[in-house]
Amino acid sequence: MKRALLPLIIFLIVVGFLLVGLNLDPREVPSPLVGKPAPAFSLPRLDNADKIISNKDMLGKVWLFNVWASWCGACRDEHHVLVALSKSGVVPIYGLDYKDTRLDALQWLAEGGNPYVATAVDENGRVGIDYGVYGVPETYVIDKAGVIAYKQIGPVTEAVLRDKILPLVKRLQIQ
Amino acid sequence: MIPEIGHFALILALIVALIQGVFPIIGAARGNAVWMGLAQPAARAQFLLVVVAFICLAYAFATMDYSVTYVASNSNSKLPLQYRIAAVWGGHEGSLLLWAVILSVWTVAVSFFSKHLPSAMRARILGVMGLISVGFLLFMLSVSNPFERLMPAAMDGRDLNPLLQDPGMVFHPPMLYMGYVGFSVAFAFAIAALLGGELDSAWARWSRPWTTLAWVFLTLGIMAGSNWAYYELGWGGWWFWDAVENASFMPWLVGTALMHSLAVTEKRGSFKAWTVLLAICAFSLSLLGTFLVRSGVLTSVHAFATDPRRGLFILAFLVFVIGGSLLLFAWRAPTVGRGGKFGVVSRESFLLANNVLLAVAAISVLFGTLYPLFLDALGLGKISVGPPYFDTVFAPLMAPALFLMGVGPIARWKQATLPELAMRLRWAFGISVATAVILPLLLGHWTPMIGLGLFLAFWIFATTANLVYQRLRGADQPLMARIKSNSYSWWGMVIAHLGIAVFTLGVTVVKGFESEIAVRMAPGDVAHLAGFDFTFEGVTEIEGPNYSASRGHIRIAKNGIERTLINPEKRLYHVQNMPMTEAGISPSVIHDLYASLGEPLDGGAWSVRIYHKPMVEWVWFGCLMMAFGGLLAISDRRYRLKGRTKPLPEHATEIST
Amino acid sequence: MKLIFRLATVFCLMFIASAWADEARPLHDGVAVEAQVQRLSEELRCLVCQNQTLADSHSELAEDLRQEIRAMATKGMSDQQITDYLVERYGDFVRYRPPLKSTTLLLWFGPFALLLAGGIGLFLMLRRREKSAEDLPLSADEARKVNALLNKES
Repeated sequence: MKRALLPLIIFLIVVGFLLVGLNLDPREVPSPLVGKPAPAFSLPRLDNADKIISNKDMLGKVWLFNVWASWCGACRDEHHVLVALSKSGVVPIYGLDYKDTRLDALQWLAEGGNPYVATAVDENGRVGIDYGVYGVPETYVIDKAGVIAYKQIGPVTEAVLRDKILPLVKRLQIQ
Repeated sequence: MIPEIGHFALILALIVALIQGVFPIIGAARGNAVWMGLAQPAARAQFLLVVVAFICLAYAFATMDYSVTYVASNSNSKLPLQYRIAAVWGGHEGSLLLWAVILSVWTVAVSFFSKHLPSAMRARILGVMGLISVGFLLFMLSVSNPFERLMPAAMDGRDLNPLLQDPGMVFHPPMLYMGYVGFSVAFAFAIAALLGGELDSAWARWSRPWTTLAWVFLTLGIMAGSNWAYYELGWGGWWFWDAVENASFMPWLVGTALMHSLAVTEKRGSFKAWTVLLAICAFSLSLLGTFLVRSGVLTSVHAFATDPRRGLFILAFLVFVIGGSLLLFAWRAPTVGRGGKFGVVSRESFLLANNVLLAVAAISVLFGTLYPLFLDALGLGKISVGPPYFDTVFAPLMAPALFLMGVGPIARWKQATLPELAMRLRWAFGISVATAVILPLLLGHWTPMIGLGLFLAFWIFATTANLVYQRLRGADQPLMARIKSNSYSWWGMVIAHLGIAVFTLGVTVVKGFESEIAVRMAPGDVAHLAGFDFTFEGVTEIEGPNYSASRGHIRIAKNGIERTLINPEKRLYHVQNMPMTEAGISPSVIHDLYASLGEPLDGGAWSVRIYHKPMVEWVWFGCLMMAFGGLLAISDRRYRLKGRTKPLPEHATEIST
Repeated sequence: MKLIFRLATVFCLMFIASAWADEARPLHDGVAVEAQVQRLSEELRCLVCQNQTLADSHSELAEDLRQEIRAMATKGMSDQQITDYLVERYGDFVRYRPPLKSTTLLLWFGPFALLLAGGIGLFLMLRRREKSAEDLPLSADEARKVNALLNKES
């Protein structure tokens, strides 16, 4: 009797995992960079190609680093959320224009509003690779010491902002 | 109107399936002949209703009725008719309908070919199949209705995924489902036997042809899928250990074990509990595969858009069907007798050992497929388990199984002795070891894996040859008579085993000796691979029905003598704006020459990948041989239902396949 | 018009073919480097399509990453170093061959442990059976019953 129950027990364990698995997103890959210093970059700015922007410029403050592109459909979904956030002035947002053309990117900002203090241009996607970008948009929360505290994969929704990003930003700002 | 008829037919089918599932089983328990008698008419009525629903959906596709959501999202007015029909099962809802249709095909087949079964057994079998059908129909009607209307209707459809616009789409899913769903018959037989307490040789004999037929379909389905991927995906691979491929491979492994185990149960009355468990597992793994594909718990190229309610529904259904049957097994199995006595060295024990190996292999594939999910669920991080893992783990698990394949059919029932076996197989062993060492050296490349693969392939060839020779020896009769004096099922086994050898040889050679180059080719350029000259003659632009394509022309010559022309294509499907590669292949028994177009480069040049794939066709030919062997075994006269009055010849009960 | 164009193309092709029947150049120079790129990208998972290897994927990110791997290979970095570089950025998820560590011990050794357990279990079972099981393949009565059932026509 006991041995005959074994298949049933194994099956029930598998079912337990499958039940948990239903609520997980297999496409979401957590970044190994969380808790590590943000990879260094110094790139030309979108508004002025002669000026260079570097991650060191943001040392000492908490900031959001938003990877976007004019060709990215999902970026359109999050754009108004970012614009509203930038107007509130809670936290500065810096952009990384990923594998884009300058003209398209500028036009995009002109149309949808510019939530970014500044945008770095990553034309060949090298910095994107350093940050482990695999699906635009992605957003990083980086603390005063320049350490990545959180990575949002996919659009920043109002819910994500309210429940995850803003509480984290507030906590980091007090530190 | 037509879609509503289809929808209504599904609702009626559900009611009929409920009748088919409930009354006959209760009737069988109470000995109520009237209730048991409901099973057959219900099975046939359900078949008609589901087929009506299927035809309605096909009609909606054929007439481009974009007021049906499912049609609008999987078809397009530019899509050629044959793909509009295949698009019926191109998405989630329709493939479930295909599932239901095929289940009802098997059910109705059982209802026709089960006249010789005791009425309680037949009622239980059809009842169990009815209950499975209830689950799928309910699933469709509640959260996956293919007939749902779209308001307002779409102007045009969003098109079938270009990846699926291929002749493979017409054959692969129906074949595969015939296999998957076919195991429901063996499952229903097993459950019926557990319910009735009639686990005997007769049960095994009845189950065998059904199981073998399902296995034949599954083999062909997997083969078709593999071949399709080979020429469609454009990088010359034919097996990727993708979650969904694994989902079809696990039932195949367990189904293979089941076929062999049924043979022993029929012949010797042994392994009954184990055979029942395999029958339950083969179908359970088919259902689990459906869950893995539909629920989105694993990423896969086959994953359709997912809805969490769907996942939950199938999971609940799994718990009901698999959990219920395993509970029944735990309750009834210990009462099953143990069957005939046999020695540690005997054909029974070789078959049992092979069963264990196949089961371990199936569990390992399941384990590897689900492991990322386990870790993720426990919060231990995300990993990927892919081809390098499966190749590493699977080969050592299968090698002993292939080795035993050579010994099993030669060993005696009940009691064999190792010295006797060793004496008989020493030549086969010598030949296969020699081949494994010498052949790669002649070809100029030896690795342990090549050696092992060749050894196993030639081991099976040699031992099978030995077996056939022993059987056909003796000069008192003409050869044809001697061939005929062995049963079809025995010959089926021989051919299927040779198929495994052919398959193993193909895999070993193509893995060990394939080569490829990636080149930049301007018109007139020549590339060299494996002694062949590939001359690129540029591309021409062509217009397909719903795509435009750049069609490359590559002329192949050897030693200045022209051999053939291949035409790889790069297509752009208009509606989904999706690029597709269509490889140009020159297949032959010895090797495939394979080219696919990459990207256009400057000056009319293209990046081109050229592959030399020695003996790759043997992989699929081996599968065909296995399937043919299976068919031959089913056509054995002792399974024929009519006109069997003569006593069976003695060797007809010999174990096979 | 179309015909003229086509003829022109054919002539051009013939001309080109005769004038520059050239050796096709490899897409990338350096046989050893290319072999390394191929070997590595066959074991790494594309993050965009997620069910293809980097070698098979046509996505842009895969293209970039192959380029990155090529650059590293040209610098003479080893397989291990290049894999580490990618794992640092994308996690173990990129490796189709999971690394051997505490959480994957079961994955790598589970199947073989199972094989061992199955083998031992089988052997013990066979030994026990050999001693205890009664020799009753099919009693004459059962065999008759089976044949009667099978031959019964309805």
